[in-house]
Amino acid sequence: MNSWFKSGSPWVWLSAGGVSISLISVLGLLWLIASRGLSYFWPADIYQFETVNEKGQAVTIIGEIYDRESLPTKQLSHLNLGLDPNKETIERILVKTGNRELVNLDFRWLLVPLINKTTKPEDLVVVERRTNGNFYGYVEGIILDGKPESLDKMDELVDRVDVFQDEMDELQKVDIGAINYQIERLRLKKRKHILDETLTAEREKEIDDQVASYNAEYQILETALLAIRDKVSRDQLVVRSMGGEVININFEQILKITYNNKLSVFGRASVFIQQIGSFLVDDPREANTEGGVFPAIFGTVLMVLLMTVIVSPLGVVAAIYLHEYAGKNALTKLLRIAVINLAGVPSIVYGVFGLGFFVYMVGGSLDQLFYAETLPSPTFGTPGVMWSALTLAILTLPVVIVSTEEGLSRIPSAMRHGSLALGATKAETLWRIILPIASPAIMTGIILAIARAAGEVAPLMLVGVVKMAPNLPLDGNFPFLHLDRKFMHLGFHIYDVGFQSPNVEAARPLVFATAFLLVTIIVSLNMTAVTIRNRLREKYRMLEH
Amino acid sequence: MAIALKSTGPRQLKNTLAQWLITLGGISVLFTLVLIFLYLLYVIQPIFESAKIEPVGQFEISTTAPTIATGVDELKEIAFQINQDGIIDFYQLVKSPAYEKGALVLSENLLSGEAKLVDVIRSGVENKLLLDSEGNVQLVAAKFFSNFDSGTREIIPSIAYPLGKEFIDVDENKDVLSKLSFGMNEEKAVFVAFTQDKRLIKTSLIAEDDFTYDSAHEAIYQEIDFPVDHVDEILVTPDMGLAFVRSADQIFVYDLTDEDVVELKATIIPSLEQNSTKPQHVTSMALLSGSSSILIGNSVGKVSQWFEVATDNGRQFKNIRSFDVSETEAVTKIYTEQFRKSFYTLTPSGEMGVFYTTSEADLWRGQLTTGKTSAFSISPRADGLVIVEGDLIKIFSVENEHPEVTWSALWEEVWYEGYPEPKFIWQSTSGSDDFEGKFSLVPISFGTIKAAMYAMMFAVPIALSAAIYTAYFMTPGMRRKVKPTIELMEALPTVILGFLAGLWLAPIIENYLPAIAMLLVMLPLSVFLTAFAWHQLPKDMKNRIPETWAPIILVPVLLVAGGSAFLLSPFFETLFFGGDVRQYITNDLDIDFDQRNSLVVGLAMGFAVIPTIFSMAEDAIFSVPKHLTSGSLALGATQWQTLAKVVLLTASPGIFSAVMMGLGRAVGETMIVLMATGNTAILDWSIFQGMRTLAANIAVEMPESEVGSSHYRILFLAAFVLFIFTFIFNTFAELIRQRLREKYSSL
Repeated sequence: MNSWFKSGSPWVWLSAGGVSISLISVLGLLWLIASRGLSYFWPADIYQFETVNEKGQAVTIIGEIYDRESLPTKQLSHLNLGLDPNKETIERILVKTGNRELVNLDFRWLLVPLINKTTKPEDLVVVERRTNGNFYGYVEGIILDGKPESLDKMDELVDRVDVFQDEMDELQKVDIGAINYQIERLRLKKRKHILDETLTAEREKEIDDQVASYNAEYQILETALLAIRDKVSRDQLVVRSMGGEVININFEQILKITYNNKLSVFGRASVFIQQIGSFLVDDPREANTEGGVFPAIFGTVLMVLLMTVIVSPLGVVAAIYLHEYAGKNALTKLLRIAVINLAGVPSIVYGVFGLGFFVYMVGGSLDQLFYAETLPSPTFGTPGVMWSALTLAILTLPVVIVSTEEGLSRIPSAMRHGSLALGATKAETLWRIILPIASPAIMTGIILAIARAAGEVAPLMLVGVVKMAPNLPLDGNFPFLHLDRKFMHLGFHIYDVGFQSPNVEAARPLVFATAFLLVTIIVSLNMTAVTIRNRLREKYRMLEH
Repeated sequence: MAIALKSTGPRQLKNTLAQWLITLGGISVLFTLVLIFLYLLYVIQPIFESAKIEPVGQFEISTTAPTIATGVDELKEIAFQINQDGIIDFYQLVKSPAYEKGALVLSENLLSGEAKLVDVIRSGVENKLLLDSEGNVQLVAAKFFSNFDSGTREIIPSIAYPLGKEFIDVDENKDVLSKLSFGMNEEKAVFVAFTQDKRLIKTSLIAEDDFTYDSAHEAIYQEIDFPVDHVDEILVTPDMGLAFVRSADQIFVYDLTDEDVVELKATIIPSLEQNSTKPQHVTSMALLSGSSSILIGNSVGKVSQWFEVATDNGRQFKNIRSFDVSETEAVTKIYTEQFRKSFYTLTPSGEMGVFYTTSEADLWRGQLTTGKTSAFSISPRADGLVIVEGDLIKIFSVENEHPEVTWSALWEEVWYEGYPEPKFIWQSTSGSDDFEGKFSLVPISFGTIKAAMYAMMFAVPIALSAAIYTAYFMTPGMRRKVKPTIELMEALPTVILGFLAGLWLAPIIENYLPAIAMLLVMLPLSVFLTAFAWHQLPKDMKNRIPETWAPIILVPVLLVAGGSAFLLSPFFETLFFGGDVRQYITNDLDIDFDQRNSLVVGLAMGFAVIPTIFSMAEDAIFSVPKHLTSGSLALGATQWQTLAKVVLLTASPGIFSAVMMGLGRAVGETMIVLMATGNTAILDWSIFQGMRTLAANIAVEMPESEVGSSHYRILFLAAFVLFIFTFIFNTFAELIRQRLREKYSSL
């Protein structure tokens, strides 16, 4: 035993334990996020529980099981529920009952020993709604135009509502939105004339006429909108909740009606895919606790694209300088230290710098020079997508530089020497030979930069991300790309929904789902970058021989 | 035949252009870093400047009687003076559409009859109480309205009478008052006065509705037990809670909050505290904004600040701090700002000093007047001074933006109003206007260090042991798979780690606390047991399952050990801790327990920092030349001995620099701390309490701070501190690595 100890073997195993713990944490984390995230989309069974409440009365609870927990019995002893004291632990389940307009809490804990009967009736339905969350209960009937109708028409009616809702959305967001935008631009044009003192009676009349014609257009659209709304509002679904109340839900509120318990495995799989699809494509509802994350995805992608446009040329040029042109002097050493430091500076300091310098200093000056007519309301003197892209460009600059430099260093010098010997200038060698070969490394760098930018939240909190952006930075109104608008970001969405939402229980699965999406994007970006880099290494190992 | 490359021509031109552009691009990286440094300094620099006072102008006032009081409106466009005849004159300070500079805008007679104005007492921005020689008391308010009829802004002055145009009956017996003071809000006005027949009285006027639009009131008269027969000065706090009555060198403090009885709260005798040889007399006193402190100036040129403090013997007024105003002269007048804790002092020769109490800042010294000042007023926004000297009104502009920030206010213990002793506190804002901002950076710097320490405590053992095994003992095949997997940790956004820590890990730790403690023992134990078990296996099995598979073998072992720890936890809880560990810790051990505490942060941030330390340490150990290992093994050392005594020592600079980079990362981490701690700015090493770090503080408070204010600049200062800290660490680590690279190229 002693000799085994002396050989150092236990310490070797202990260090192997370090590796195992790291592996377990990484893979465990990924699996945790994946399972909790994906389970949000899988249509769950709806249960009906017969139990007793605190007053001892028999109640029926209908809902989905969200969570399970084991508690030491002693912690609940103060409730005097007549539990068996011999049992060490007691189990309880968290049930999502929905029906927010009928009950106080749409989540409640039930103690398992107190539940008398648990069933899964096939008629239980979950109705996904635009406001007030989900509804769980039984369908009693349909009212169409004031008259009862048969239940077969239900799917048809839901589809019909969808079509009308899309029409209304388009009218509101696209057409009426465009008119509002144009009227605002005319107001600013007039104000600019006033400030420049170039407002003649003629110009004023011209502007006023245009505004009047836009207002007339708006009236027409408004009538159309009201007509559609009218058509949808007369159809209702009659349902019965767990407490026995019968209520009518307007079809215009309903997004989807599903009989979860009736679904087969294939049915559930197809609902699963549908849910994932709507998660990626829909807008958020209910203060970000329901619906999809499309604006966040769009905002993240747009900001990352802008950042890439800014950081790639800068990073590549800096790397080329460091590798090809810099001599072995103090300036180069200083530059390398500068790159390392840029990589090590905390991201919040970048946020602070971006806020003070870009937003207030540069943005404020831009406003004074070019957008004086909108003042005191700032255009660029306020956080927005352009400043976020710039701030993150500086933050991810070192990543691109290091990666490009590594790629450049793998190119055997024989290639450079050969090209120069054949009469090419250094610039031509660089442009025609070195850069194309190094392009996978450059791409690796850019991919890693994108992965980093998709995950950074702290600086963005200061320079342009908001909880809810009413419109996207890219839309149909000139100049189409609005660089001064604020945007939503996946990482910030996770922070906001998890910690700043009014209904934490409802929000939690959505947070896991968004986290899963973000992790998937980032992990796949990183794996792509690593694969490219490894293939590159293999390729150049062969080139050198 | 020589082939010469032309030294001019388009190709060469392009080459030169490219060289210049690329060099520019390369230098721009350095330029960016320097820009960040300089910009942060640029924003921070104003907070260390002192005040600036510049004369703006002066003009003559047409008055026959000496001026008693003066004042100015918020925008510094109209100033007024009240003279001994009871006439109030408003003068235009800047050119307006209707009036020239220095023109008389409005003049009104506030008193009637032959009486001369004796005193003007101010409370708040607008209200002035007039006391005349016949003993009549009148309350007036100078109001200013903005008028935009002419297209630009014009300020119109007017006089209002909040308690009605009739004289106020302060004394029930209608005796003449020799000294008077008051405080007022919309519902109540409280007067404290000393009558000619030596009575100290308190009168409360209770509004029937609201004094802002209805002056009807009823009066309650009370008499105060006063031991002395002579009063020099009376001050009533604006919140009508305290009255300070000075008689010679004693100040009696009365509690005015009780409707029935006026009690003597304390007696302040300043000369008792000072131990100097010269005789000292109290020459002036003034109330600091916030209705808690009183400033007392004495004849030897000192001003002391007193406020009430809870001590072991009950509540007492204590001398908190002193200011040396003058070596030779007495402090004859003290004037305080409306909303901040600054004050101005005047000596008989006209020397003026500007000070700030909380930060003990000495902001400005100079001479603006000759000493024959009739009236002195600070503008409502504290950005200007109006001084009346003889028949001249002099206007000064004051730039005193950041008086509350000094080195002592940021880094030393400060005695704040209402606290029993000096403390380190960060509490930057609150709801009220006259809040005393507490800007000590010590608790949040301490939080940063605490978070980093706990994170390193978890990260360094795991990361280093993993690095050692991966670099030294692992087979190349497994290393190719394990290294990227662990480096994947680095890619995970810290937002996700933070939210998992706050929403998933913190409740688990709270519920399974015994399990966490058991894991510390069970995990190493299970590793040793597995190692021993493997050692005992027969030789052919050992060949089939080599020692290099150790990490894979240990994964299920550790999972089982961890799982059993969690399963046993409820039983341990019931057995040893009466069913609830959290209650036990709070009640029996007397330690406060927060759900989001340093243990959670340590684990989460440790997880985030592990890959940083791992990659660099692993690189360092891997690049130790193999011939050193071979030599050592050839001389008979075991693998572990070689590792411990040869390889690790050689790679130690690299490992050290890896740990430094990890520390730098831990210090700058924002999101995890933001989400996994309670963000409480406390100075406590306890593992069960939260903390607030510099980075999280910036993230939380920056969006809501006023741009350009002291708070805003202090947050930039915090960012600067972080920047410098990580700069030092990273540069140090990089220099060590560069030296190491050179060293190895020679080996």
